[in-house]
Amino acid sequence: MKDTLYQYLLLLGDNSLILGHRLSELCGHGPSLETDIALTNHSLDLYGQVRSYFQYAAELKGEGATEDSVAFLRLEHEYRNVQLVEQPNTDFAYVIGRQFLWDAYHLPLMRHLMNSQDERLAAIATKSEKEASYHLRFSSEWVKRLGDGTEESRERMQKAMNDLYRYGHELFKASPEELAMEESGIGASLDALEAEWNDTVQEVLSEAGISIPDSPPAMARGKEGIHTEHMGYMLAQLQYMQRAYPSMEW
Amino acid sequence: MSENKEWPIWEVFIRSKNGLEHRHVGSLHAADAEMALENARDVYTRRLEGVSIWVVESKHIRATNPESSGELFEPAKDKAYRHPTFYNLPDELKHI
Repeated sequence: MKDTLYQYLLLLGDNSLILGHRLSELCGHGPSLETDIALTNHSLDLYGQVRSYFQYAAELKGEGATEDSVAFLRLEHEYRNVQLVEQPNTDFAYVIGRQFLWDAYHLPLMRHLMNSQDERLAAIATKSEKEASYHLRFSSEWVKRLGDGTEESRERMQKAMNDLYRYGHELFKASPEELAMEESGIGASLDALEAEWNDTVQEVLSEAGISIPDSPPAMARGKEGIHTEHMGYMLAQLQYMQRAYPSMEW
Repeated sequence: MSENKEWPIWEVFIRSKNGLEHRHVGSLHAADAEMALENARDVYTRRLEGVSIWVVESKHIRATNPESSGELFEPAKDKAYRHPTFYNLPDELKHI
């Protein structure tokens, strides 16, 4: 049970960690000063959530584990984030598209977890819900602006959605830990989340004039530790400091 | 679409807590009022600076011309009697 909860916290935290890292790559590189700050704010919100998840995870694991060792000292196949969040910052439409597909899942997830039987998880979700709510508002607005903007912005938004939408399915493909946590009233029901996700995505994309691609779902198994080619490069950067100078603090 | 590719500039006013007035804190770029509010939230309230935001597009602000400063402001210089500093206040009164 303890190990199942530990794994469930990784499933939650790794998504925020990897997406937070992707967004942090935009620091100083956003399309405008205002969006640059907004996206790095999102990144910091996500990192804050990761710390809460991993501090909890480290306590469950014991054996001298810390939030840092959980975040930085695992191997690629031990990271359990979905493949959606590791997709690269190809252009601003991809950044927004990835963010929107994630936020449309993240907000209802936090709302469900606010009622978790696990008090600590419920507290983390209660704090994160407000952040997730703002993130969804921000990314939805931008999907609509790009979709309903110029010819070029519409084309780019559609292209990003064509590439990214198929990664959305993995969010709702339950891992054994997610099923177990749902049964015990600790985790969220992925079926319920999927229905909410579909509603949000359809509503926003239709308002944006972006069509939902009919491409088949990606064969994504990030939750099992199988990642796309992008993941290794990210981890090399993310883990560099702890690998080069083990146990360093600053 | 307009020819102008730059987003217009907006002035941002923030109320730091209830009961206080909104104060000008700076400016930013945004395509419209909604985006200006969101950008202001991200740029100017990250450190818990506010509880309310106003934005107004800069072009709507009518400002005095610096060249007119003489006629506008200098006449007030020698009218110290307009400050209510000639009253004797009881010690119990604070913050005046």
